[in-house]
Amino acid sequence: MIRALRIDRRPAKLALARLAGSFGPAGAVRLGPLELSSIDPPALPGTGWHRIRPLLSGICGSDLSLVEGRASTYFLDWVSFPFVPGHEVVGLDENGRRVVIEPVLGHAARDFPLPFPNAAPGDGDDYAHLVGGALEPGIQTGFCCSTGGGWSDELVAHESQIHQLPDELSDERAVLVEPLAGGIHAALSLVPAVARARSRGETPVVAVLGAGTMGLAAILGLRRYLPDVRIVVGARYPHQQTLARAFGADVVVADGELARAVRREVGCHVVGDYLSGGSHATIDAVGNSNSIASSLRFTRPRGTIALLGMPAAVDVDLTGLWHRETAVVGAYTYGTETMPDGTRRRTFHLAIETAVDAPVDKLLSATYRLEDYEDALSHASTAGRRGAVKIAFDLRSPDSRRTQEAS
Amino acid sequence: MPRPGFVLDVDRSTPPILFWRGENFSLEKLPAGRSRVIYAPEPLPAIEDVDGAIVHALLHPIDQDPLPALLFPGMKLTIAFDDVSLPLPKMRRPDIRQRIIEAVLDMAAEAGVDDVHIISALALHRRMTEAELRHAVGDRVYDAFAPRGHLYQHDAEDPEALTYLGTTPHGEDVEINKRAAESDLLVYVNINLVAMDGGWKSTATGLSSYKSLRHHHNPETMTHSRSFMDQHRSELHKSNWRMGKVLLDSGVKVFQIETTLNTDTFPSPFNFLSKREWEWSPRDRMTYLGTTKALNRTPHRLARNIFHSIEAPHQMTSVQAGEVEAVHRITTANVYEQQLVEVKGQTDILTMGIPYISPYNVHSILNPILVQVMALGYYFNMYRGAPLVREGGAIIMTHPCRPEFNPVHHPSYIDFFEQVLADTTDPHVMSQKWEKQYAEDEWYKHLYRTSYAYHGVHPFYMWYWGTHAMKHCSRVIVVGGDPKTVRRLGFVPASTMDDALEIASDVVGRAPTITHLHTPPLLVADVSV
Repeated sequence: MIRALRIDRRPAKLALARLAGSFGPAGAVRLGPLELSSIDPPALPGTGWHRIRPLLSGICGSDLSLVEGRASTYFLDWVSFPFVPGHEVVGLDENGRRVVIEPVLGHAARDFPLPFPNAAPGDGDDYAHLVGGALEPGIQTGFCCSTGGGWSDELVAHESQIHQLPDELSDERAVLVEPLAGGIHAALSLVPAVARARSRGETPVVAVLGAGTMGLAAILGLRRYLPDVRIVVGARYPHQQTLARAFGADVVVADGELARAVRREVGCHVVGDYLSGGSHATIDAVGNSNSIASSLRFTRPRGTIALLGMPAAVDVDLTGLWHRETAVVGAYTYGTETMPDGTRRRTFHLAIETAVDAPVDKLLSATYRLEDYEDALSHASTAGRRGAVKIAFDLRSPDSRRTQEAS
Repeated sequence: MPRPGFVLDVDRSTPPILFWRGENFSLEKLPAGRSRVIYAPEPLPAIEDVDGAIVHALLHPIDQDPLPALLFPGMKLTIAFDDVSLPLPKMRRPDIRQRIIEAVLDMAAEAGVDDVHIISALALHRRMTEAELRHAVGDRVYDAFAPRGHLYQHDAEDPEALTYLGTTPHGEDVEINKRAAESDLLVYVNINLVAMDGGWKSTATGLSSYKSLRHHHNPETMTHSRSFMDQHRSELHKSNWRMGKVLLDSGVKVFQIETTLNTDTFPSPFNFLSKREWEWSPRDRMTYLGTTKALNRTPHRLARNIFHSIEAPHQMTSVQAGEVEAVHRITTANVYEQQLVEVKGQTDILTMGIPYISPYNVHSILNPILVQVMALGYYFNMYRGAPLVREGGAIIMTHPCRPEFNPVHHPSYIDFFEQVLADTTDPHVMSQKWEKQYAEDEWYKHLYRTSYAYHGVHPFYMWYWGTHAMKHCSRVIVVGGDPKTVRRLGFVPASTMDDALEIASDVVGRAPTITHLHTPPLLVADVSV
């Protein structure tokens, strides 16, 4: 038997969590669908699968939206209950190798032909495999009842998902690989928009709205892989602003000041609530009605908005989008990237490089034992105003934790 | 006979002293035995026959021919006048400018002059609204000239409307309004509220462009203007005077008309503002209590509107016309007669209450940058001889200092607050690093030219006004100000006057001398050390 935090499909609990969540995250966690259980470890679905013992497992905004009952019903057909959340995982395989999990349950994991040679789990433009094959439906590890998830003592992962870590990469940095990959993917999704700006002889300006984990990861991605862009960041909290600067943002302002900062950067006019021009591209790392509306206002006509923060139902006036012919693209996970020089790289490889090189030590703000999940989730839900960035579960034994700390 | 200015030494029997706090007031008890309060002279008697005095000045100018002798058929006549920044508060109708312009127009009509343009000399200030123009020049002048496009506002960003006259011996560019420069006669109508106004500053600043203004509106000039109210020790004025010489050498013929006002600043319900506190009548005390309590319960936007609707009863005490410098000498003497107060010695701490208004927020918000300019640019500089506060001393002001801006009037101020002050409060650094970007920003230019916005560079100029004070004082404390905003300005927030004095003790010791500049009305301290 293993310990696991598990979510079952219980609509009443989800509704209760949503209701309680309006008064604060603690109530939503306590009354919601998440439970700490003792369960059988997941069975190996077939060949090529391995047992993974999580060491650290991060808490993501998408996890919180599920736990707090805020997630879109869109996912109901793409997940299978009961599932164990947790897709930001650094762990050990059966051979004692330290690995991170690329959580998307792609074609290889489900015994489907790859969409192209050497495709990553996230590649492909038909999602039928996500609900088919040998596994129950699930977009990722952490949303599929067949595989388990990182908020437990054990999960199973397909060899296509597993990346062995270099020795110099600590667990604390390694647990950031998955969100870093998401941020890098969002940054690289802007390569065409940035190239268009360059082709006109302009210095590409990219606005980043929001500087939680994903916004900061996107800033790192921009600075590392699109080094000549001007990065203008709107961050709500002072510690986020400090980190954004440390990660290479050129201009960092309070989130409410971002539109004016973009205007100053590009030198355009203001017409009503909209800039006449604006950023060549924007990464919306918040993903709600206000952030999308704001992004539409300060992204230039025919610019691109990468929606990195996971939205649910939103209420946005799209007249500006229509008139300005703004492209809004989702930035969900990662896969195979086309780099600015045309070469192809796996996002996870880029993320591991980044986790090794970049000054990301301060991103992991606190870790909790699995038993303290209510405190952990409450902390994660209020991370910004509590001066934190990433919260994770620490599933290491005290001995191994001490060894890791010493090394 | 009005009483002269007065310096009160505070003792145990001295009542609490009035301080402005934006759209409200407070009474503050100053420490006995080491505090003093400077009160302005009482308002001088007004000229009874204002229109007669104006005509007399036009017919008997100083060092120049009478105005009618300068007027002839077929000539180009331009009348320029001070903009909405003067006087403060706006005066009751009819405005002096209206009376003077009407007199000039009467003489022009008699001389057969029909090519007349009337220009608001606003430099890089915001444009005036129709209502403000009507208030300044009167409905008759407005209706006769504005519809035909002959009454308009100087546009410092219209290259077609500017003319370059050359440089001063110091290499300062002189570029002014083309119509004014090419006229056969430029009549300038001035209101001299403080000694800084008027003279060549009227034309060389009011009708000029950024290209010219940058030569004297900069930290270096401001640092060496000691003070703005003492023309002979003001680099700002010396630069303007050099530019005036270029105007003269270029053939620009100026007929300067300057006026002075008495200090009857607020209407009768606010009599207590100008009174010495120990002379407050029971009615004054009741009015003060009623006013402050009502204002405490009034939303500050509404309070602001109420205050900006006030029209001042101040009246004209002199009018003189003719050659610019000769006229200005008399004007300055008249201003000093009304405002000068002899003060012996400097002080460790200068206290001041900042009101709701400055020259740059008529019908608008006194935003944090303007709070700064009122304190460090204006009140600190209300001296002749030596600053009221000693070098290394402290300034304590009272104002709510809210992070509020009028987005129509002060769009670049918002960016200045968010971007420039977040980077530096050093006038020299910001002038090098940021000024050009703001001065050349196309959006700011657009708003300045077509809306009612101050020019993009204007917040820099406001900050530069305080350069000398920032360098001179070791601490600036704001009582009752929004702490975050106050810190953004580089100042120190304090909740109460006692807290402020405690904070100041770090730099001035435990028993500092304190001097309060009591306003209204305005005064200039003639400080002997």
